[in-house]
Amino acid sequence: MPPPVASILPAPDLGRNPAGEPEPAPVLRFERVTVSFGELRALDEVSFRMNAGESRVIFGAAGSGKTVLLKTALGLLKPASGRVWVFGRDITGLPEQELFPIRARIGVLFQEGGLFDSLTVEENVAYPLENQPSLRCPPEQVRRRVEEALRFVELEHTLEKFPSELSGGMRRRVGIARAVVTEPRLVLYDSPTAGLDPITAYTIIALIVKERDLRGAATVLATHRYQDGHWLANFRYDPGAGGLRPADPALTRARFLVLREGRLEFEGTQAELEASRDPYLSKFVKREE
Amino acid sequence: MLDFLKSPVIAVQDFFLLAGRTFRNLWRRPHYPADIFMQMDIIGVGSLPIVSMIGFFTGAVLGMQMAKALMQYGAVGQTGQLVAITMVRELGPVLTAVVVAGRNAAGIASELGSMKVTEQIDAMRALGTDPVQKLVKPRLVATCTVLPLLTIIADFVGLFGGFLIAYFVLHLTGAQYWNNAWQSLEYKDITFGLAKPFSFAFIVALVGCYYGLSTTGGTQGVGRATTQAVVASMILIFVTNFFITRIYVSL
Repeated sequence: MPPPVASILPAPDLGRNPAGEPEPAPVLRFERVTVSFGELRALDEVSFRMNAGESRVIFGAAGSGKTVLLKTALGLLKPASGRVWVFGRDITGLPEQELFPIRARIGVLFQEGGLFDSLTVEENVAYPLENQPSLRCPPEQVRRRVEEALRFVELEHTLEKFPSELSGGMRRRVGIARAVVTEPRLVLYDSPTAGLDPITAYTIIALIVKERDLRGAATVLATHRYQDGHWLANFRYDPGAGGLRPADPALTRARFLVLREGRLEFEGTQAELEASRDPYLSKFVKREE
Repeated sequence: MLDFLKSPVIAVQDFFLLAGRTFRNLWRRPHYPADIFMQMDIIGVGSLPIVSMIGFFTGAVLGMQMAKALMQYGAVGQTGQLVAITMVRELGPVLTAVVVAGRNAAGIASELGSMKVTEQIDAMRALGTDPVQKLVKPRLVATCTVLPLLTIIADFVGLFGGFLIAYFVLHLTGAQYWNNAWQSLEYKDITFGLAKPFSFAFIVALVGCYYGLSTTGGTQGVGRATTQAVVASMILIFVTNFFITRIYVSL
């Protein structure tokens, strides 16, 4: 009798803790990932891992590789060397069609929102529900879920508007609604506060914290503003008061990464980052604070 | 030493990779029929006025020039034949393709280029759509459908322009012009007259999409991509026309 199919398949990528019990695979794992554009190394041997429910704040100046890192995590860019695992699956060499079911479980907010300017806000937010082949959202549920996502970002009155009719902050909020409408397990935010005034920037970060704490999604926030990371690491969403309240950093499970010209210069907690004597890191932290 | 060849060779390779991916996706679902019909409207119906105008005046000019040359041999009655052969074999397909390249290769490159620099192409891939299927395939299918039709219209309007000159300026009868024109055409004129626009449609759509999707460098990059798309597609149209005509005359 042939062995059952499950026994001849390779074992899933599970780690073992000291007690010998299997641990869930990390949500996102980079292993010596290098991404090159011609001679330029946009990412240079970057390695890190994050588990479900954790947060990562990626700091770096413009051109340090933050966007490239997020796009590599989505499989939009292919590494020249190294490997990337998402939800325990090695996506490094996967063809485009096989990446779609994995991307369906990742939410992403692009730097400028990345909204389709020929579609209305409603069509933009409905796009992943209608186009992700693996989600198969019933058509009668699309409108309700779009309205829910837009209510989450407090923009339910903009359904019929086009992105060009919205302000920069509103476009980012629609982008967040589109990123979270599929209820992803991992959400990537690429410089969500770039070019926004401090009040709007706070609104955006508060929404990111709210999404993280209400749904428990793993969150990666790429930013050049130190304040954004501070909020993510030290505040939690309070459903009762409807706003953010200070929280123990151990609860938010946020770790900080600093990129410099494609290299990962630092990985650790906020306290470790602030205590660092490295001139680049301390200059970066102080300047942005 | 040969580094200067690197970027054009890579560009040609990327172009053929895009073409290959598009052909592989032609029969793969989803097909986005609404996008195909919208592109047919933009490319086909949108180009109709300018293609008709250019066809008409080209036919009329051909009528005048050919009549002048034929007059030396006392053969003005053959005007219809020369207008028909020149329009159907060469000028109809080439001029129509050049006009559509100017309008639509530029339009496609600038639209896709803007989407590229504002990360909409990345967003599309992240949200479950293959840009080759959603953007390139509808444009290719639409152009391949409407360009032969536009060419037929340009050929006919050109013949009509030649007829007006023959009738009012050269004082030929309608029967004389149209019979002469009709009898000069062979079946292979129709085959090649349609094979040409079909080939040119691939050039216009794929070159426009290629330059659009490979745009880098913000709004300036979009302008550069648009210019390159028009220049490259026009050169390729003329070169391809040379080779198809070479095959035609050898048959």
